[in-house]
Amino acid sequence: MSSVPFELLQLILVVVLAPLLTGIVRKVKARLLGRRGPALVQPYRDLLRLLRKEAVLAPSASWLFRAIPYMMFTAIWLAAAIVPTYTTGLMTSRIADLIALVALLGSARFALALAGMDVGTSFGGIGSSREMMIASLAEPAMLTVTFTVALLVHSTSLPQISEFMLTQAVGIRVSLLLGLISLTMVALAENARIPIDNPATHLELTMVHEAMVLEYSGRHLALIEAASMVKLLLYLSLIAAIFLPWGMGTEQTLGWAALGLGLGSYAVKLGTGAVLLGVFETSIAKMRVFRVAEFLGGAFLLGILAAIFLYVSQGL
Amino acid sequence: MPVFATLTYDTAHLLDAGMLVVSFALLYQRRLFGVLKTYAVQALLLSAAAAWQAHAQAAPQLYITAAVALIFKAIIIPLALHRIIVQLNIHRAIETALGIGPTLMVGVALVALSIWLVLPVTAASGALTRESLASALSVVLLGLLIMITRRNAVSQVVGFMSLENGLILAAVGVKGMPLVVELSIAFEVMIAFIIFGIFFFHIRERFDTLDVHDIDRFRGERP
Repeated sequence: MSSVPFELLQLILVVVLAPLLTGIVRKVKARLLGRRGPALVQPYRDLLRLLRKEAVLAPSASWLFRAIPYMMFTAIWLAAAIVPTYTTGLMTSRIADLIALVALLGSARFALALAGMDVGTSFGGIGSSREMMIASLAEPAMLTVTFTVALLVHSTSLPQISEFMLTQAVGIRVSLLLGLISLTMVALAENARIPIDNPATHLELTMVHEAMVLEYSGRHLALIEAASMVKLLLYLSLIAAIFLPWGMGTEQTLGWAALGLGLGSYAVKLGTGAVLLGVFETSIAKMRVFRVAEFLGGAFLLGILAAIFLYVSQGL
Repeated sequence: MPVFATLTYDTAHLLDAGMLVVSFALLYQRRLFGVLKTYAVQALLLSAAAAWQAHAQAAPQLYITAAVALIFKAIIIPLALHRIIVQLNIHRAIETALGIGPTLMVGVALVALSIWLVLPVTAASGALTRESLASALSVVLLGLLIMITRRNAVSQVVGFMSLENGLILAAVGVKGMPLVVELSIAFEVMIAFIIFGIFFFHIRERFDTLDVHDIDRFRGERP
C-alpha cells in the first residue's frame, strides 16, 4: 500500500489540529478560573480574521520583515511533520532525526529574533534579546535529553526511538523519568508558557514572545500565531512520541485499521496534554525573567543526571 | 535485557534517584517553607525506600526504620521547624552564599564524584547495593553542600537532616546492618534536632537574627 496519502495526512493533520489544541488549553484555563471561555474553534476564527485583514508595515521594515513569517512557519511545519504522530512508518519522519529537529526549531527562532529587531523598536529588541537568552539555555537542555535517549536507543531517529520504547521491555527507567521532566520544562520555555512567559499578555514589560511580534499584523501575524500553535502541538507530539508511544502504528501495520487506533490514541494523548498544561498554568505564577536561567539550568542538570544514571545502570 | 531489569531493582532505583532529585530540589529552593516541604518529601521517599528494601531483602526490622522515618522525619520535624519559623518570625527568603546555578553545578559534580568513588570499591556486591550506596553517598554530599551554601541556620539544619537521610539510605541498602545502628542514628538526630531548636532560640535572643553571616562578625563582646 502506498504511503503517500498517510504522509499527506500527517502534513495536514499537524496544521489543522494545532489551533484546536490551543483552543482546548484556553478553554481549560478559562473554566478553571470560573469563566466560560471562548469556543474551542475560536483560534481558527482568529486566524481567519487576521488572514482577511490588511498587513500594515512599518516604514523602516526591510524585506526580511516580510519574508520571515513565511520562513518561520515553513520551518516549524516541516519540524512538526518530522515528529511521528499516529504512526512511525512515514517517510517524513525518517528523513531527519532529533538533532535536525532542534536545528529547524533553532533556525525558526533565529529568524523571528531578527524580525523582532528589524523594525528598530525597543520592545522588539528586548523581546529578541530575551528570546535568545531563553533559547541559549533551553537548547542545551533539549540536546542532553536527546543524547540520553540516544544512549538508550542507540539512535537519534524519532521513529526508531518510538519503536524501541514500544517493543522492548524498557522497564521503569529513572533516566527516562528525569528526561521527561527535563523535556517538559524545555517545552514550557520554548512555547512561551506560563512560568517563563505569559501567552495571553499583550502589554506587559516582562513579555518575551509577544514583544517580538508586536509590529506584525494581518496575514504575517496570522502565520506567526499559527506557527506558535503548531510548535505547541509539535512539543506535545514529541513528548508523546518519545515517552508514551503506545497506540502508534508502525511501518508494517500501515493501513486503515492501524490508522484508526493511531489517530485515536494520538487524540487522547494531545487532549490529556492540553488539559494538564491548562491545569499547570493555572496553578503556577510567572517567574521573574532572571530566574529563567535557574529554571532552565535545572532542566539541563536533570538531563545530565539522566545521562549519568543511564551510564551507571548500564555500566553495572 | 540485563539481569537487573526486574521490578525489585527498578523500584529501588527509582526511589533512590527520587531522593537524589529531591536533594537537588532542596538546593534549588529559595523559600524556607518550600525547603521544609521538600525535606518532608525526601523523608517520605526515604520511608518508602526503606519499606521496599524490607520487602526486597525479607528483613522485617527495616519496616521499623521506615515507620521511624515516616513519623519523625516526614511529619514531626518539618512541623516543629515550621512552628519555630513562625514563632521566631524569621525572614523567609533564603540568602545563599553561592548562586543557585553554580550550586547546582557543584551538586552534579558531587554526584559524579560519588558514583566514581563507589562503583570501583563495591565491585563484589550486587547491583542493587552498589546503586543504593552511590545514591546515598550523593545525598550525603549534597546535604553537606546545602549546609555550606546556605546562610540561614534553619536551612543549614535541614541540610544536616538531609545528610542524615542519606546515611539511613546507605544503611538500609546494605544487607545485614543491625537495627541498633539505625535506631541510634535516628535517636541522635532527634537529640540533635532538640539541641538545634534550643540554639535557634538562644541565637535569636542574642543576635536578633538567624543569619549566620551576621554572627560570623561577632567577636565575643557583649552586644
